[in-house]
Amino acid sequence: MDVLLNNLDLFVLGFANTVLMFAVSAVFSLLLGVVIGVLRISPSSSMRAVGTTYVNLLRNTPLALLMMFFALGYPKLGLPALDYTTLAIIALVLYTASYVAEVFRSGINSIHVGQTEAARAIGLTFDQVITVVLVPQAFRNVVPPLISVFIALLKNTTVASGFSVMQAGAISANMSERGENLLATLLWVAFFFFLLVMGLAAVQRKFERKWAQS
Amino acid sequence: MDLNNTVSIPSLTATNPLVILNKVNKFYGENHVLRDVNTIVNRGEIVALIGPSGAGKSTLCRAINRLETISSGDIFIDGVALPDEGRELATLRADVGMVFQSFNLFAHKTVLENVMLGPVMVRRTKKSDARALALEHLDRVGVADQADKMPSQLSGGQQQRVAIARALAMGPKLMLFDEPTSALDPEMVSEVLDVMLALAKTGMTMVTVTHEMGFAREAADRIIFMADGQIVEEATPTEFFSAPKTTRARDFLQKVLAR
Repeated sequence: MDVLLNNLDLFVLGFANTVLMFAVSAVFSLLLGVVIGVLRISPSSSMRAVGTTYVNLLRNTPLALLMMFFALGYPKLGLPALDYTTLAIIALVLYTASYVAEVFRSGINSIHVGQTEAARAIGLTFDQVITVVLVPQAFRNVVPPLISVFIALLKNTTVASGFSVMQAGAISANMSERGENLLATLLWVAFFFFLLVMGLAAVQRKFERKWAQS
Repeated sequence: MDLNNTVSIPSLTATNPLVILNKVNKFYGENHVLRDVNTIVNRGEIVALIGPSGAGKSTLCRAINRLETISSGDIFIDGVALPDEGRELATLRADVGMVFQSFNLFAHKTVLENVMLGPVMVRRTKKSDARALALEHLDRVGVADQADKMPSQLSGGQQQRVAIARALAMGPKLMLFDEPTSALDPEMVSEVLDVMLALAKTGMTMVTVTHEMGFAREAADRIIFMADGQIVEEATPTEFFSAPKTTRARDFLQKVLAR
């Protein structure tokens, strides 16, 4: 307990940053993932190709490599300077969006074709069919796998430790500098991750209950 | 396949054509599912499409609002050739109501929202007006008391009546019914047919794919009998049911009326 209480500043800062990185990445990867997922079911073959290429490229790249590209490569591109945390978030968003897209696509594919036909038959345009009928139903179908993707995202934030971004995964390195017991530190970090994941699981149950009726 | 005794289709009096089908053909790969289909549906006419399964009735019905594309030929609705997929086609579909075998109510929306969706999203009707309109049509089909439920909480017959209300709320000039009672439990068939009969009396133009011979006999102005992708016989219900001209139709009637 002393390990925790004597270094509360580090734990609070680390986990606050982890939660921040997670929240921002989750929102943007969800938005980007839905767009990519819709591209993958587009009637236009070139749009589908864009979606497929994106998923294949990003999902097949190890996250650490992607982060390394952003941390080391991006500053050399001559674009506006961004801090490491922002770069890490961009890498997380691009990476996680490929998983969201695939989950989302399967959610759309699991919707009975009659839903689309009924929507088209009352005169909805393609965009309206997607946004009013398919996307909301796809969400209802994919709550459990989507939460799994977000749980992975939460833990993936720790990969940013390699690029001097202060977050939960970097707590142990700072603790060893302070001469604290590493095993106890890691156990505490794991414990707080466990709590956060339980929180996400609770969110999952809430949505599943809410949408159980339809 | 014996189609030698196909009678020539009587030249139709196109007094006021709403739907014109001209040499419509469709292939599913090698499978020729619609063969040179020519017919006309006049304004206010009730047409029943009947025939053995696999005859192409549903395909033909769905081709009229282009849910099914055709390989060759022309389809005109109200003088306009069916456009390609896009905004123009969507506009045209808004004027053509469709009722499906499997109801296809939007599973994530309440009954009321199902009926309001078209008027709000397509017709740009104000929400409050769309609500009133939706309730009026739900009342017309006898399910206004279910307005706030989800579709899955309703019986099949109720769901299908909501689907009819959803189509009618768009103020269509044509209604397509693709086997509207085939997925229903027997005791629910009549509640849906009653709604359709009442609609027929209002002068709505209707094309109905059906296995309900009683309905076809009572409500239809004309029977189109299809087999193997062709229109084999067209006649008034009285002519068709009392004196079918083809052996194909006689065989069919013998089987379905013997039950």
